[in-house]
Amino acid sequence: MTVEPVEIIRTPIRLEYDYTPGGARSRFLRGLEQGKILGERCPSCHKVYVGGGSGACARCGVPCTDVVPLPDTGTVTTFCVVNLPFAGATIEIPYTSASILIDGADIPLMALIQECPADHVRMGMRVEAVWVPDDERAPTMDTIRYFRPTGESDAPIDDVLKKMRDA
Amino acid sequence: MSETARAGAATDVLSALHVLEYPYKRSVGPVIGRFLTGLRDGRIEGIKTVSGKVMVPPVEYDPETSASLSEFVDVGQAGVVTTWAWVAEPREYNPLREPFAWALIRLDGADTALLHAVCADESSMRTGMRVRARWKPERTGHITDIECFTPEDE
Repeated sequence: MTVEPVEIIRTPIRLEYDYTPGGARSRFLRGLEQGKILGERCPSCHKVYVGGGSGACARCGVPCTDVVPLPDTGTVTTFCVVNLPFAGATIEIPYTSASILIDGADIPLMALIQECPADHVRMGMRVEAVWVPDDERAPTMDTIRYFRPTGESDAPIDDVLKKMRDA
Repeated sequence: MSETARAGAATDVLSALHVLEYPYKRSVGPVIGRFLTGLRDGRIEGIKTVSGKVMVPPVEYDPETSASLSEFVDVGQAGVVTTWAWVAEPREYNPLREPFAWALIRLDGADTALLHAVCADESSMRTGMRVRARWKPERTGHITDIECFTPEDE
């Protein structure tokens, strides 16, 4: 008979959802499947949203009308170096998660930065998307594996942040 | 999409399975720890409050006086259903595959009721019915060491 008292129990929680991203995010994800980053422009303030939010402009409250193809390059506006391992993580620590303002967009996307030591990542760093091979593209965020430095000189971060505020 | 397209145009809306899973482990503390250790040994233990009530499952502090409690007592492995709810379509993570009842069961010698599953026909379920614990052959120190409760007259 086991004599050790019980001190720890396993209480796993598992929830299964049918996730529906809605129209706007579906368009964005289908764009990724085509190897494109698609933004959507507000007809009123002309702000370009990317990442497929609600499909409406948060500021003006009107539906975005135009789909805008964007390049797969951008600027790091802020970032977080992850040093703690957690269950289900697929990347070695430390790694960097960053907000990236895609060129031509007015709000940033969240993505991983790789091919760059975590302590070299900085605000204003220029980055480009690294895609999965063409035949593996799917309507999922994993279609962009991560962003990596382009090697260009940094964007003037104050101007970039000001553009985001004023957009 | 080389030209600007209409964003509002018909889009195939995507749908995907999304699984959210947390592999929690929980530290149970000295009182629930002892209760679970008892279950592993095939015993059900309660704890005596300052006024002499026996609480099952046991609690660390007296609900009336907030005093720290430590007097464990064995209670019976059978008791009375004080209330219940029928589960006609068990979910994957429910303790039983067939339809069953969630029930509050006041074990013999206890003053409070324990939540557990009762395996019985819906027609035989009633408040006040007597049920008895059915143990799993392999026990690990978990509330599921009691597989379920079954009607005592079976």
